[in-house]
Amino acid sequence: MKLEPIVGRYGEFQFQGAKQRLYFEEAGSGIPLICLHTAGSDGRQYRAVLNDSSIRQNYRVIVFDMPWHGKSSPPAGWQNQDYRLTTGMYTELIMGFARALDLERPVVMGCSIGGRIVLDLALKHARQLRALIGLQSGAFVERYYDPSWLDHPEVHGGRACGAVAYGLMSPLSPEAERWETVWHYMQGGPGVFTGDLYFYQVEGDIRGRIGEIDTSVCPLYLLTGEYDYSASPRDTEAVTARVKGAKFTVMKGLGHFPMSENPEAFLGYLRPVLEEIRAGR
Amino acid sequence: MIEGLARLVNDNPAIVRWGRRMNQTFMVEVGAEQYLVKVAEGKLAVEKGPFTQRSWVFAIRAKREAWERFWQKTPAPGWHDLFALLRRGDVAFEGDQRVLMAYLQYVKLVLAAPRGA
Repeated sequence: MKLEPIVGRYGEFQFQGAKQRLYFEEAGSGIPLICLHTAGSDGRQYRAVLNDSSIRQNYRVIVFDMPWHGKSSPPAGWQNQDYRLTTGMYTELIMGFARALDLERPVVMGCSIGGRIVLDLALKHARQLRALIGLQSGAFVERYYDPSWLDHPEVHGGRACGAVAYGLMSPLSPEAERWETVWHYMQGGPGVFTGDLYFYQVEGDIRGRIGEIDTSVCPLYLLTGEYDYSASPRDTEAVTARVKGAKFTVMKGLGHFPMSENPEAFLGYLRPVLEEIRAGR
Repeated sequence: MIEGLARLVNDNPAIVRWGRRMNQTFMVEVGAEQYLVKVAEGKLAVEKGPFTQRSWVFAIRAKREAWERFWQKTPAPGWHDLFALLRRGDVAFEGDQRVLMAYLQYVKLVLAAPRGA
């Protein structure tokens, strides 16, 4: 068996007033780089970033599964409540995780819901962060389909969530990677994807405040796949039009899950950004 | 494009397996033209309208130009998925959404089957 350099750990984590068992993976050493997975999925999406030898040389890449996702269980009593992600919870999770691991001024990179929350972090925590990278970032997404069917006893949630994720990818991305991305979605717990979408499509609207982001305090890089119709290049453009100094690149031939649907193409866009951040340009 | 759909799907076990439990009839409209797609255990038969009094469980309606862009061998961004058309307002889903969402992956693969054919 050829072993990968990725190491997975569990840790006890105080979050939302309760002890929670959080799972995370890491590889490499140097500047801490926290990667945030998409709604309803888990940290496996970043496998290629964790495994990339050139990134590992200069970065300590760390990927956690959000509570309720992947190998991080929901808190005790989950059966009595609906899971609903909010801006406050998500921010507490990321900044609390960085503190819990004593990470000094980490870079935070997030995709989709993660691409939204990095805009919030740019507003509220810029001084504690070295740089922010938003993948598929938009300030808000109006609901264009009814997500209640993704959490319905008469519809198989895994199949429905997988089918929604499938369409968000590029037809040019390799089959194997696309279908693995779908598989991660099929493994989500009931109501978790829709709970994340509450933040993405209802609560987490920051259109009114993005103009206050100061990229001279914390650089902001935005990378968006051209085949994404959830957070389209046009949605990211609307952000850059109002955030002075944000650096925006359209990723040709990629969709909503660049890091997992086409890792090779994505790394081609990511490596120069990480080099620029390291050089402090 | 849709006339050849039955052969494209029925000869492809990688699509049929996603609809193995489906026994339903749904409507596809390509502009003014109506097609009833009758699915039995993942295999289907297509009947061309017009119809006067026929039942279907859900309907998917889009303009001919939208389907033509959707059926390109490599569709352009925004034209590559049923939900992409939904986001841009170029498709309507009617009828029983529960059945559509339960078989969404199958329906997506079926309707994309004519690409490059």
